[in-house]
Amino acid sequence: MINIQSLSFSYRKNKPLFDNLQLRLEAGHIYGLLGKNGAGKSTLLKQMAGLLYPDKGTCEVMGYAAAKRQPAFLREIFLVPEEFYLPRVSITRYVNTYAPFYPNFDQGAFFSYLKEFDIPRDHMLTEMSYGQKKKVLISFALATNTKVLIMDEPTNGLDIPSKSQFRKVIAAAVSDDKCIVISTHQVRDLDNLIDSIVIINDHKIIFREDVQTVTDKLSFKTVSRIEESTGVLFADSNLRGHTIITRNTGQEHSKIDMELLFNAILTNQQPIQEIFN
Amino acid sequence: MEFKDTQAIYVQIADYICEQVLLSKWQTEERLPSVRELAVLLEVNPNTVMRTCELLQQQEIIYNKRGIGYFISADAVKKIKQYKKEAFITNELPSFFRSMYLLDLDLDELKPHFEKFKKSNFN
Repeated sequence: MINIQSLSFSYRKNKPLFDNLQLRLEAGHIYGLLGKNGAGKSTLLKQMAGLLYPDKGTCEVMGYAAAKRQPAFLREIFLVPEEFYLPRVSITRYVNTYAPFYPNFDQGAFFSYLKEFDIPRDHMLTEMSYGQKKKVLISFALATNTKVLIMDEPTNGLDIPSKSQFRKVIAAAVSDDKCIVISTHQVRDLDNLIDSIVIINDHKIIFREDVQTVTDKLSFKTVSRIEESTGVLFADSNLRGHTIITRNTGQEHSKIDMELLFNAILTNQQPIQEIFN
Repeated sequence: MEFKDTQAIYVQIADYICEQVLLSKWQTEERLPSVRELAVLLEVNPNTVMRTCELLQQQEIIYNKRGIGYFISADAVKKIKQYKKEAFITNELPSFFRSMYLLDLDLDELKPHFEKFKKSNFN
């Protein structure tokens, strides 16, 4: 669905953000794009949406070069950016103006998402809080039914109840022919939704595995004494004891701890990557 | 539903479904909510629910009617007990036995405790 080959890109000369980056994403998955601040998550998402162009290499989405922004490509992709602007119009007016660009737009679904999010229908967009605007945009994005849906930090600014609502609407939106890419720092908000993990660091994709493969190969557990465990790949100590990652030698089915995995890969990349290769 | 951090989500969902059946909230031969409905209800990826269904189907706790969905098997209760028994023996017994061994406890010594427990909790 998304095929990025040898992508190099920099905002400033001699300061490359991406260097020969490779990434392939398939339909039917929810990808979680993780990376430190400034690693280039948003930039990568903008490349996919055709808002930035590669210096070298290619970024192909559904067979189209994203940078060419052909109409047939644009009607099948939607990006929810972290910072956005909504015009001073009502929701109805907004939908009437923008929905026609998306042939599979589902108006009924749009209003049911708004209802789920508790958004009044007759307000001006500019009179809403940041969180409410974001919910309108997320509802619109889901209702477009595009094959590719990209969201940059979607749970930022959402209050506690709407995070649960967000998970419900996303769970309902997944299908075999859709590819959803979500960048996030709040992995705990979404860790039961994301089924594949992509980690970007040091100009490259350093990790890309589905959650099932990760838990087949690694075990995540909390132990009181770390000395009793063998083959510890990474440990984080807290009041409850030590949360650790070990190689999954038996047929254990532990729950993935994405924060722990992220920290482990950033600090102790080599031995973990060897397990997956 | 609150998920624990200790076990894979798809296994926890399987336990949840088994519990609904054991508590007779869901009857045998009844249709299970669809994969999508369960995913929305539990706020998880539908692929995770699919994996749960594969597991439960393997254990013959549910079965698939093509094009209609998953149904709870007629002998689901029996199958669940079998499945949970196996899980108990492989997952929980080893650490229990380890403590017994370390404390020099004998199985016979535990028997009166077990009888007392049954009496006070399930009588």
